[in-house]
Amino acid sequence: MSNIDPLLEIRDLSVVRGGSRVLQIPSFVLHSNETVALIGPNGTGKSSFLLALAGLLPLESGDIFFRQQPIVPGFASTDYRRKLAMVFQEPLLFDTTVFDNVAVGLKLRHLGRREINERVKSCMDRFRITHLADRSARKLSGGEAQRTSLARAFATNPEIVLLDEPFVALDPPTRQALSDDLEMVLRESGTTAILTTHDQLDCLRLADRVVVMQHGEIVQSGTTSSINNHPANEFVATFVGMENIFTGTVTDSDNGLFSVSVAGQIMEIMGDGAPQESVVICIRPEHVAIALTNPEAKTSTRNIFPCTVVKIVQLGLFTKVYLDCGFSLVSSITNQSLDNLLLKPGAQVFASFKATAVHVFRKG
Amino acid sequence: MELFIEGIVKAWNLIVSLDAEVLAVTMLSLKISCTATLASLFIGIPVGVILALSDFFGRRLAISLVNTGMGLPPVVVGLFVTLFLWRNGPLGFLEILYTPSAMILAQAVIATPIVTGITVASIQNLPANLKLQIQALGATRLQTVWILVREARLPLLAAVMAGFGGVISEVGASIMVGGNIKEQTRVLTTATVMETGKGNFDVAIALSLILMVLAFSVNYLLTVIQQRERPR
Repeated sequence: MSNIDPLLEIRDLSVVRGGSRVLQIPSFVLHSNETVALIGPNGTGKSSFLLALAGLLPLESGDIFFRQQPIVPGFASTDYRRKLAMVFQEPLLFDTTVFDNVAVGLKLRHLGRREINERVKSCMDRFRITHLADRSARKLSGGEAQRTSLARAFATNPEIVLLDEPFVALDPPTRQALSDDLEMVLRESGTTAILTTHDQLDCLRLADRVVVMQHGEIVQSGTTSSINNHPANEFVATFVGMENIFTGTVTDSDNGLFSVSVAGQIMEIMGDGAPQESVVICIRPEHVAIALTNPEAKTSTRNIFPCTVVKIVQLGLFTKVYLDCGFSLVSSITNQSLDNLLLKPGAQVFASFKATAVHVFRKG
Repeated sequence: MELFIEGIVKAWNLIVSLDAEVLAVTMLSLKISCTATLASLFIGIPVGVILALSDFFGRRLAISLVNTGMGLPPVVVGLFVTLFLWRNGPLGFLEILYTPSAMILAQAVIATPIVTGITVASIQNLPANLKLQIQALGATRLQTVWILVREARLPLLAAVMAGFGGVISEVGASIMVGGNIKEQTRVLTTATVMETGKGNFDVAIALSLILMVLAFSVNYLLTVIQQRERPR
């Protein structure tokens, strides 16, 4: 991909809102047909980033290039803004019919009535709101309203669609249905898109690339699996659900395998480490297995710790088991395993994880 | 009490007999106040939109001044308009003091801050991201303002009602700059003051009734429009 010219490129972007710097992005590149998910905690600058990309925020410094052409934010860039579309958290519909809402962007571009009719109809069809065409936007349900908002954005055939947590206000079934349809539209139209989200599933399903933001900066960018399994730092690790994070000291290193001492216990980890080096190690709860007897004989797993069950928390399909192995460890197991193991708080069990399941980063 | 009932009966007779003088006074009132309200809309809505959307030094002060102006005492307006239009005043060359034009001017001065203030509030009450959403749809500056005003059309009707209600019922400024000259600048309110002073309570009551019916009808009409479009 890197040998193709980027669709959108950002250099040294800095944005100040309400007196404080909300964005500081040295570089960011977006390629055609790519879907990028922006994740990060609330108030971290995701929305500001989208607004800045849309040319809707004044920049303190930095440049935005669209197909190598520099963009001036604000009303000066009407041509640029007409190549993009943005969908906000709230549907922000106009006080008119669904049809007229979807047609707004096209009317602003002074298209002919016939073309507007055709494009609005096809777009309403794609988002399954054709039956609502004559309904007042004020009489729509949350899901219908957000569908209308999406249709309005896609009606202009934008080159880039910016979606600011478009499903956040919806109930789970509505959210699921809408996210299915959006995925379909994105795949069919090949529209380049950036969406901000809190939902790991959105990332997995919709995004080719995930960008993690913290305090107005990009801290990591990569595929969903690389971010989940190899977070760049402790913040990303926590954010993507790596609940087991320990600080330890390397005691020994040999042949691509090294040992780390954590709270007096030794863990074996795949990779290289310099003795006496202080490291942070993370293990996803899903990678921690629980057994009633010592699994040493029947597995290649290197790290086996006898421990006591402290707490069991059921979360839908999965159950989190909090363990005390001299250090605290969280395991995520299926409800079926929970039933098979007959776990109770206070039970003595063995926790194990593979040397390859551990992700390490250096302190500092 | 007898005086009151007698007054109402006489007033009713004056109204149903379409008394020429009463009719003329009513028509003049309507003409002056409608023109003044229209003028205040032409000035107040654009100024209100600018105050609501733009960001400049002194904007808060300007909005505070407008809000204060919403309660401007008509007599004060009357005094200053008189001073401006006085023969030696800055606008004396217009020679419109004691004419309906002066009354329109004074009433427009009263209504403009009302319309401006309500416009500012209406536009600022729209969702915070609506302006960005409109821009994101590819609107030019003018298109953005147009859509925002259209979205605020229902609260803006309140501005029309408040502006008209304010000027049709005021008497202080009208009497000062108009002079209550018979068949020239006599309107419902000034005539009511005069007839009451003369002890002609029946005429005064008739004029008051007409005034109230007028104010009611205009507001009723606008309310019907507003409520018909209200979200249900």
